[in-house]
Amino acid sequence: MAKTSLIKEFTKGIVKENPVLCLVLGTCPTLAVTTSASNAIGMGVAATAVLVCSNAVISLLRKFIPDKVRIPAYITIIAGFVSVVQMLVKAFAPAINDSLGIYLPLIVVNCIILGRAEMFAGKNPVLPSILDGLGMGVGFTAALLCMGIIREFLGSGSLFGVQLMPVQILIFILPPGGFFVFGMLIMLANKLNSRAGKKVKTSPCDGCPISENCSTKTCEKTVKEAAANAD
Amino acid sequence: MLIKSLVAVFLAAILTENYVLSKFLGICPFLGVSKKLNTAVGMSVAVTFVMVLATAVTFPIYMYLLVPMGMEYLQTVLFILIIAGLVQLVEIILRKYIPALYNSLGIYLPLITTNCAVLGVTMLVLQKVDSTTAYAYTYGHALVNAFGAGIGFLVAMVMFAGVRGRLESADIPKSLKGLPITLVAAALVSLSFLGFAGFVDKLIPLS
Repeated sequence: MAKTSLIKEFTKGIVKENPVLCLVLGTCPTLAVTTSASNAIGMGVAATAVLVCSNAVISLLRKFIPDKVRIPAYITIIAGFVSVVQMLVKAFAPAINDSLGIYLPLIVVNCIILGRAEMFAGKNPVLPSILDGLGMGVGFTAALLCMGIIREFLGSGSLFGVQLMPVQILIFILPPGGFFVFGMLIMLANKLNSRAGKKVKTSPCDGCPISENCSTKTCEKTVKEAAANAD
Repeated sequence: MLIKSLVAVFLAAILTENYVLSKFLGICPFLGVSKKLNTAVGMSVAVTFVMVLATAVTFPIYMYLLVPMGMEYLQTVLFILIIAGLVQLVEIILRKYIPALYNSLGIYLPLITTNCAVLGVTMLVLQKVDSTTAYAYTYGHALVNAFGAGIGFLVAMVMFAGVRGRLESADIPKSLKGLPITLVAAALVSLSFLGFAGFVDKLIPLS
């Protein structure tokens, strides 16, 4: 029984709760680095490494971090691991470092990582947290790879740098192509989800870890409070 | 020459290198808060303010503290902590001394800590300092760049809020409803910004 639930923690991130396509988290790197399939894998692996390590450490420290300062504490832990990954990539894969550029240090503000810390690792033991991180990381990588393959194939007519098509539709590797392909993929995910009778996510705020403190919700709350006070 | 290059940096940050539409930074607030015009403007003003403030603090710290001591690797950790601290500080000061401003902008502040556009602006500008392009960035350029990036964010948000207003009343196929059609609309808005490519270089030749 325990074993099957552990497997479930791992697999839920890949399909059912895919962080990119179902929870719509981490949109910035999804759009920015998917101009080629190899970039997508580089980003996915780097983010997975940070996710697994930070999930493990946060889960170990969950009883020691006071509730009030947990978000700053999580961000510091995540930033530490991002620096480590950044140095490793710079040393062993300088080509990936060059192509990911600024988006490598920006893993620190990737909402998937903070989201998993807040929603899972801060409340669960170490082993499930590691598996959750691994599953979410693999799901993130898979979604990125999917985008990367589509955009590289259509935009530069190649796959992993191997030229396959003589025709190139440049727009797909430019920013508008990123938005468009991502929109189409979410449409596909929505279609499959609604056929399976599941709730369809319509706003990027639904899965956002800090949506509780977020402007739209706070706005509604303030309006409601003001109305209540007026009564 | 200095003023010319400052204007070029400002225009480039708004039009050709728009942080949202061509660098994909700050997509979450761009998609999440752009439903209504007033929230879009409030969010953008808060982002602009934090961007300029964060650059004003992080740029000298990096240049005069981290580089001489050879500790550039601390950049990520230090910058995110500085930004988080600054945002908290601004929130406290606004709440205490300028409650009117706090009520209109303060609600957006907690959201900005994890906004990748703010961290992106402070980090990207450092790459341009030692680049071998037409001109090297100084502290002034960095501040103007941050301000331009914020204004660029405002322009993109306001334009997109207009587009989304139209989408509300449109007849959209069921599975495209919500996020997918928003992304397709974003693709079209970003396409229109591609038209500015090369615009700044032609307008203000620097060499």
